[in-house]
Formats: sequence, C-alpha cells, structure tokens
Amino acid sequence: MSLLRIRNLSVDFATASGKFRAVDGVDQDVNTGEILAIVGESGSGKSVSMLAMMGLLPWTATVTADEMSFDGHDLLTIGKRERRRVVGKDLAMIFQEPMSSLNPCFTVGWQIKETLRVHLGLSRKACHARAVELFEQVGIPDPERRLSAFPHQMSGGMNQRVMIAMAIACKPKLLIADEPTTALDVTIQAQILDLLTSLRDDNGMGLVLITHDMGVVAETAERVSVQYAGQKIEEQPVLPLFQSPHHPYTAALLDALPERATEKHLPTIPGMVPGQFDRPAGCLFSPRCKYANSKCKAEQPAPQGPELGHARCFYPLNTDERIAS
Amino acid sequence: MLNYVLSRLLTFVPTFFGVTLISFAFIRVLPGDPIIVMAGERGVSQERYDQLAAQFGFDRPMYVQFWEYFTGVLQGDLGNSFVTKKPVWDEFFALFPATLELSLCAMVLAIVLGLPAGVIAAVNRGKFFDRALMSTALVGYSMPIFWWALLLIIVFSGNLGWTPVSGRIDLLYYFPDPTGFMLIDSLASGQKGAFWSAIRHLILPTIVLGTIPLAVIARQTRSAMLEVLGEDYVRTARAKGMSPGRINSIHALRNALIPVITVIGLSVGTLLAGAILTETIFSWPGIGKWMVDSIFRRDYPVVQGGLLLIAVMVMIVNLTVDMLYGLINPKIRKR
Repeated sequence: MSLLRIRNLSVDFATASGKFRAVDGVDQDVNTGEILAIVGESGSGKSVSMLAMMGLLPWTATVTADEMSFDGHDLLTIGKRERRRVVGKDLAMIFQEPMSSLNPCFTVGWQIKETLRVHLGLSRKACHARAVELFEQVGIPDPERRLSAFPHQMSGGMNQRVMIAMAIACKPKLLIADEPTTALDVTIQAQILDLLTSLRDDNGMGLVLITHDMGVVAETAERVSVQYAGQKIEEQPVLPLFQSPHHPYTAALLDALPERATEKHLPTIPGMVPGQFDRPAGCLFSPRCKYANSKCKAEQPAPQGPELGHARCFYPLNTDERIAS
Repeated sequence: MLNYVLSRLLTFVPTFFGVTLISFAFIRVLPGDPIIVMAGERGVSQERYDQLAAQFGFDRPMYVQFWEYFTGVLQGDLGNSFVTKKPVWDEFFALFPATLELSLCAMVLAIVLGLPAGVIAAVNRGKFFDRALMSTALVGYSMPIFWWALLLIIVFSGNLGWTPVSGRIDLLYYFPDPTGFMLIDSLASGQKGAFWSAIRHLILPTIVLGTIPLAVIARQTRSAMLEVLGEDYVRTARAKGMSPGRINSIHALRNALIPVITVIGLSVGTLLAGAILTETIFSWPGIGKWMVDSIFRRDYPVVQGGLLLIAVMVMIVNLTVDMLYGLINPKIRKR
C-alpha cells in the first residue's frame, strides 16, 4: 500500500462565470522514499491537486475523489482538527516564493519553533536546540544567530532553506515541494535540489516535486507524472520518459528543451493551455497536437496501459509498431 | 531609532509654526469682537473701547500681535484668558484630564470591539455576520454624532432612566481630585457608590464618542485582514497545521495591524473634534466644552492656545503611531 494514494481527483473552482475544472480525474501514488515529479505548464493543475490533498484550497474550490488517503488517513473524510495533526507534521509542503511564504512580522526562529511546539510539544529549550539542529541540517551557516533574523534580512535561498527546515521539522513522511526553485537563481537551485534529495535519503520520506522545469526533473526525479489542463496525460519512470515519451505533449515538451534543440529556432508548442471557455470536446491537447485527427477532436481518449505510460492518447508515440512502420 | 525620532521631531518645527499661525488667524477671521462681547448688553463707550483695545494689543498691526504671541508660546506662555484672567495653560491642564478620560474610554471601546469585529467579519467574508456588521458600521460611521447622542439620552436616560443625562458624577459626592481622572479619584476617595456613579456617567458619552472610531476600525481591520489572509505566509501557516484561531489572531492580525494602527492614530484627531460636540451635549467639563464656550465669548487666547495644545497632542500621537509601526513590523524598522 502506497504512502499517498489518490484516485480520480477532481477540483472545481466556483468563479463568477461558472464552474472551472482545474483538476480532472487525476490518479497519483507516492511511496515512501520515492521522488515523484509532477510536470506541466502553468495552469495544468499540478499545484492545485496537491493543495487539494493538503486541504489548503480556498472555499471556492470543490474537491471530489474516489479515494484520497495518506498513511492510513482518509483525507476525504478526515475532520479539520485531525487533519491539522497530520498536515505540517507527517505531511509537509514548501512553496514557490520563499520570500513571501515566510511571515515578515516574526523571526524565522519563532516560525520554526512554532511548528515544533504545536506538533511535538517540545519545551522552550528543546525547541531551540532542535531548531539549531534543523538549520544546520539544511545548511544555514551560523544557525544560533540566524534564528533571530527576520525573513527580509536573509536571501531568497536562505529563506527557502528556512522553509525546508520548517517543513522537515517533524520528520514528515511526505514532503511536497511546489516549484521550490523557481524564484531562485540557478546555482542556488542546484543546492536546494541537492538538499531535498539528500534529506530524502536521510529521512526516508517521500518527495513530490512540482515543477515546470524538465532540467530539474531529469536531475532529481525518479518517476514523472505529466499533467496537462488538469489531466494526468502520462506517467513513466524518468529515464524511459526522456527516452521514449508516449504522449505527443510530453514529446513536444522534451523537444522544447534548449539542450535538445538541434535547429536554429527552439521548437515550441503552438497555442495555449485551454481555459474555462475553450475546452475542446475531444482530447484536451488536440488543438495543439500535430498528430491530431478528427477522432482526437471528437472523443476523449482513455489512458493507455502501464506499458505505454498510461498515456491519454489514441495514438501514443514510440510504440513498437510505430518504430517498425 | 534615536536618529529617526530626532528627524521626526525636526519635522515638528514647521508644523508647529503653521499650527500656531492658523490657530491665531482662525479666531480673528471670525466676525465678532471680544471687547463688545465682554461689555455685554450695556455696551461700551468709545474711549473705554480704545483703552481696552490698547490693553489687549489690538491696536497694533496683526503681524506684531502674532510675533508677540509666537515668542510667548516659545517661552511656554499662552497668555491669559480674557474672561477668567487665568493662564490658558493652567486652564487647559485643569480640564484636559476629563477629556482624556473620556477619549481613552471611547478609544478602548472602539479598539476592543472594532478589532475582533473586523477580524470575525473578514474570516466570515460574505456571510450574514459580515454583511450585518459592515452595514451597521456604515450606519455608525455616517450617523450625526449629536443626533446619536440625543437619541441615546432619550432612550436610556429619559425613557429607561438607566443612565444620568449629564456631568461626570452625581452631585452628592465630593472628594479631592489629585489626578483629574474621575474613575481613579472616585475609587481613591473610598466613598460608597462614587465609582459606580462615575462609570454610569461615562457610559453614554463613551458610546457616542467611540461610535465613529469603532466603525472605522472595524471596517479597516476587515479590509486589512482580507488582504493579509490571501498572502502566501498565511497559506504557509495553514500548511504547518496551525489552527484557524491561531492563524487569524497571530499570523494574520499582526500583519493587518499596520493600516489599523494608522487609522487609530488618525482617529485621535477625530476623537478630539468629536469630544467638542459630545462634551457640549453631555455637559462634560472637558476642553471641548471649554473651547466651544470660549469661541462664543471670542476669548482669543483660549481658542488659539487650546487649538495649539490639541494640535500638539495629535502630533505626538501620530509620532507614537509611527514608532509603533516599527515595533509591529520589523521590516519598517530597518528604514
């Protein structure tokens, strides 16, 4: 039984112009000690599905699922109080913008000690000792002094380390990192990713990495789930995914990597992710897909089998027949 | 911090000069002549009029009069009242505790009710409580203060007889007033029922004076909280598994306090202005009533001196508010 198990998760937002489906029938599994990357363009519902799982969505969102369980807790029926005992302790999350994700009015020490005090009930002294230890673990130099610093007195990279220290304070079983490196510059990005991987190795926690950066995926992830317009359209271990993507969208994403570009112009995917009003009737990717035919535009494809990466496509790429033909 | 305070104090200089000038000019622009008013119905002869004008210095050019007043102010001399002949300074500080007591009570009422009301409204945005509270606040804010006062007097003092109509304490109590604050003095006097009487006298004026600041604080708290509740760090606090009560009252409220404190600081000005009306209606012996009476008497030194002292108080309050910003939000402290 996997640590996190999600079946047929959908999230609808009530907007002024009607319902908007941000996540559409997503399945997801994460095992202990595993790194899963969720990739996709902006607006593909990567963050929303995880926020829904954490119970962090605003009241305008309606979450439905056949199953959503974490470590023996049924997240669909869990009470608010009980959820708060799990969230922040066994299930932790870090966010995209470290600068704005920390409260400007409190020292970082106060913010990390709050987690320790509320979840573990540690004494003042024990809190302090543990906070210093955590800061050391995430590579913050001079932790004693840094504890009394305010977020605005530190760099973005340091703040993200504080966020990570806070998230791992109670040794979570699953850590969700929502684009943890997007706001940071490239050298810091690598450091933060190394830190996350090594923390996974030390603590044996599961790690979900939400990103739109294929470079980050290649470097860090073990299994990759590709989302598009709220649907999961493909899932494969990282190597096969990069070698033989089955969904045309995944293939197009990989083609758009500057490292892989062979021509003078970087290949791009024409068009945009469908919004609330231009959702196609058939395959959601069909308006932008270069292989799409009339069937694609009329019918929604069901996911293929695991041997084809569960690709939601009538004509998956890199199948043996296709290579043969 | 010390540098900041000093630089702020430096900006007081032009403001102080401006306020002195305006308060000096304001009462002189009003039609009416203090000498005629003093003479009353019997009138005054031309010789006596000229004599008095010379005595008060009205025969000299306006800028000379102002210069004499201003140099006096700098030496701590606000002049003597035309009517009582006592120094304005002494009169002001004899009456000020009454106003301060009333204003403090009104402010405490406004903050104690306004902050939680704003927070609760923001958390329950769009629901019944929010709408009811915010419309009530709008009514409170737009209500003419004298009408509201009269309404309360008619209902609670007249019809129900629960509260006294005017004054600070029942006439049957008499005790020394070392602090000038009726609540403290009545308690210190040890006389039975005196403290209760002082409280009963305070209730209606406090409600009347506190209504507008209460409405302003509630609405400002609500909008500031709404803004803050959408911030990333609030989501972080929720991701940490903190309870909604803790998030609202600690994580969010502290950030929302900056605009609220600003409004509270500005309300002090409104409060002193409102005190003039409230004190007049409730015959509250504070500076508000004293100022109004002096305006009718064209008592120039009292009006200009009183205005100046009130303006200085407001300036000090606003400086304090600016200091508070840094205490609440360390990000501001650094600048």
